[in-house]
Amino acid sequence: MVSWFQKNLQKSMLAVSVLLLAGSVNVNAEVAAPVVPKGKGEQCVEPTGEMRKNHMEMLKHQRDETMHNGIRTKKHALKECISCHVQADDKGQVARFGEDGHFCSSCHNYAGVNVDCFQCHADRPQELIGKGHKIKPHHTANFNDASVNKEALQALSKVSK
Amino acid sequence: MKTDNTTDTSKRKFLGGAAAVAGITIAPGVLLQTVQAKPDDQAVSNKVRWGMLIDTNKCADGCTDCVTACNSEHGLAGHDRPETDTQYIRKVTLKDKQTGHVKTLPVMCQHCETAPCADVCPTGASFKREDGIVLVDKHICIGCRYCMMACPYKARSFVHEDVYDQKDHTPRGKGTVESCTMCVHKVDKGENPACVTACNKEHKAMYFGDLNDANSEISKRLKEHGGKQIRADLGLNPGVRYQGV
Amino acid sequence: MKLIRYASIDGNSNGYWGLMALFAAFILAALGSSYFMEHNGHYVTGMTNQIVWGLPHVFAVFLIVAASGALNVASIASVFNKKAYKPLTRLSALLAIALLMGGLIVLVLDLGRPDRLIIAATIYNFKSIFAWNMILYSGFIGIVGVYLWTMMDETVNKFNRIAGISAFVWRLMLTTGTGSIFGFLVARQGYDAAIMAPMFIIMSFAFGLAFFILVMFATYNGTGRELGDAIVNRMRNLLGIFVAAILYFFLVFHLTNLYATEHHGVEAFILRDGGVFTNLFWIGSIIIGGVVPLLMVYGPFCKKSRKALAVASVLVIIGGLASMYVIIIGGQAYPLQLFPGMEVSSSFFDGVVNTYSPTLPELMLGLGGVALSLIIVTLAVKALDLLPVSLADSVADPHHKD
Ligand code: SF4
Ligand code: SF4
Repeated sequence: MVSWFQKNLQKSMLAVSVLLLAGSVNVNAEVAAPVVPKGKGEQCVEPTGEMRKNHMEMLKHQRDETMHNGIRTKKHALKECISCHVQADDKGQVARFGEDGHFCSSCHNYAGVNVDCFQCHADRPQELIGKGHKIKPHHTANFNDASVNKEALQALSKVSK
Repeated sequence: MKTDNTTDTSKRKFLGGAAAVAGITIAPGVLLQTVQAKPDDQAVSNKVRWGMLIDTNKCADGCTDCVTACNSEHGLAGHDRPETDTQYIRKVTLKDKQTGHVKTLPVMCQHCETAPCADVCPTGASFKREDGIVLVDKHICIGCRYCMMACPYKARSFVHEDVYDQKDHTPRGKGTVESCTMCVHKVDKGENPACVTACNKEHKAMYFGDLNDANSEISKRLKEHGGKQIRADLGLNPGVRYQGV
Repeated sequence: MKLIRYASIDGNSNGYWGLMALFAAFILAALGSSYFMEHNGHYVTGMTNQIVWGLPHVFAVFLIVAASGALNVASIASVFNKKAYKPLTRLSALLAIALLMGGLIVLVLDLGRPDRLIIAATIYNFKSIFAWNMILYSGFIGIVGVYLWTMMDETVNKFNRIAGISAFVWRLMLTTGTGSIFGFLVARQGYDAAIMAPMFIIMSFAFGLAFFILVMFATYNGTGRELGDAIVNRMRNLLGIFVAAILYFFLVFHLTNLYATEHHGVEAFILRDGGVFTNLFWIGSIIIGGVVPLLMVYGPFCKKSRKALAVASVLVIIGGLASMYVIIIGGQAYPLQLFPGMEVSSSFFDGVVNTYSPTLPELMLGLGGVALSLIIVTLAVKALDLLPVSLADSVADPHHKD
């Protein structure tokens, strides 16, 4: 019963956030589509469209399974996403979460959707710790400073097609 | 709900379906620990109850190998603020008021069977895994610190400031509570907790294993020599036992 | 008895707006403090891994306890049918809600992750007394809200008594629940006593009434409405009884603790060797919060004085905060006994008496909770018909003879 309530709450919160996004339609759309850094692998564990839409569900499912049941399969584990998607650039620099160059924040900054993962999880593969940018306070975007618009949302769905 | 239909089958094939057996050989012919690795896609079960035994007679005064190993395993770098810095494990020195006899021993989360921290936690963030390991689900911890009030062993720490570049097996962040995880990430792979491994290098005062398995090293030792619980009067049946106190 | 006429206050005076501005300033300071604590992490506060609950919790628990006590006046009128208290039931119910909100906001703003409040509100561990308290708190606001409605709306007035009884039962549960937060911490010697819950109930009576008296004086003086001696003297008597009862409970609490050998250590700590805690207990809880108010209420010189009653109420509140400080922080300062009979030391402050020095942000956060409660009351008396136009003896006292 409790989890049913949670699920529905999450759904409705999601709905609200979508409404918020859609509500702030900006007429002069000059927001460039986000530049998503390339991962090191050939192919993601799921089709790109599926990942784009549902990565949070998969991550969340995996997180609970690992945390509570000790399931340690790799396919949908955040650790694996990070180790493939967060790489050093040509200059050997690794972007922090919050900077546009970071895989997760490239989209999340753009869409103005806050995530909570990197308060606790490392934002880079273990072997890249200590490399690249000095620690900066986490910048987390929130709904208020999001300038999302219809065109941008469309652009978002076209990225890396 | 328990079965994960997204299990990583390739990994399973790689393991050949057989559970790997990890052991630490300290001298030819002496196998100190035998812990079975659990396949990645298999949920933990209550058939096992992980526990630790600490032989305080062997624990050396002044030695902090277990503490150092824990700190580096979990990336617990402090800020030189002892009152707010995290400690999963600490060396406690006991002096008998009557006889003046001094003893040292490590104390960490005792992984209580009836864990007060889990009982009081409003969101269920503090919980006990089926195999007896008590953890904090930091995804849902609100940082109320009621568990710290309830823990009789002073085992928990609150993360008082920002953390960056965490170990990927020990995510930890400001505003949530944490404590010894019994190195659950290693245990799931069939390895010993970092403190036990470190202690076994020299003093061999710590044992880790399955308390439910009568044939495990730890159970045999406990059966033969007994093992005391700290604050046994509270009836919490902790998974960590001590000899020689 | 005449029909009681209620009316909202005008609330246009400089005094009114001055009060509002003052409370608002405190609330802003509290928000700023909370942001400062959350942004940097709790290391900027006096709270540590040893003293995990600090000044904010002292204020929060105090306000929550006072909230249920503020409902007293209404309960006496509706549940025990004492007509004399009828005129003040509305204010009583509203003050209860306001104090509870003030307390809760402090609790929430001190969380490590206040941004996750939604989790606390949607995932419950039903084994946790804390989770039960969240249900008790929200239920309290709801039930007392309905109760207030039955007082103010003629059409639902017939449910007044049933609502009053529900609210009364609920508030007893609420205070028991709050007391049990500490009662459940068996390993902490300072809290391990069955008497904790009833002691919290009796404390709630006094703290809540003290707030009530002050708010009543402030509004009636501020608006120039008439407030007769009959009602004031009843309050005076009640306060005296409650304060005496607290003193009695303290006595029983510490005597029973002294009876059990394993508690001798913590008792000696609070009563004799605890430094600041010992001082706070004797000077704050016993003298300022107990003996002096009793003298001011019953003493021959102050007997008729309203000023004395107001001062006594302030002292009860100060004493109450001191008691909470001793209970909450003193209970943590006294070391956990891991190895009884041994001298214990470690790098993690085992075996030592923990020290706590509260910081300004913590104090401001706590005071902000009080300010929030008071601003709610200040707004409500202007917006709603909460207070009788007159509380002259002829109105308030059913047995009054002109
Ligand atoms: S030792 Fe403390 S933190 Fe560990 S399980 Fe027991 S109560 Fe919980
Ligand atoms: S601090 Fe976190 S883990 Fe501890 S009781 Fe509160 S929510 Fe639970």
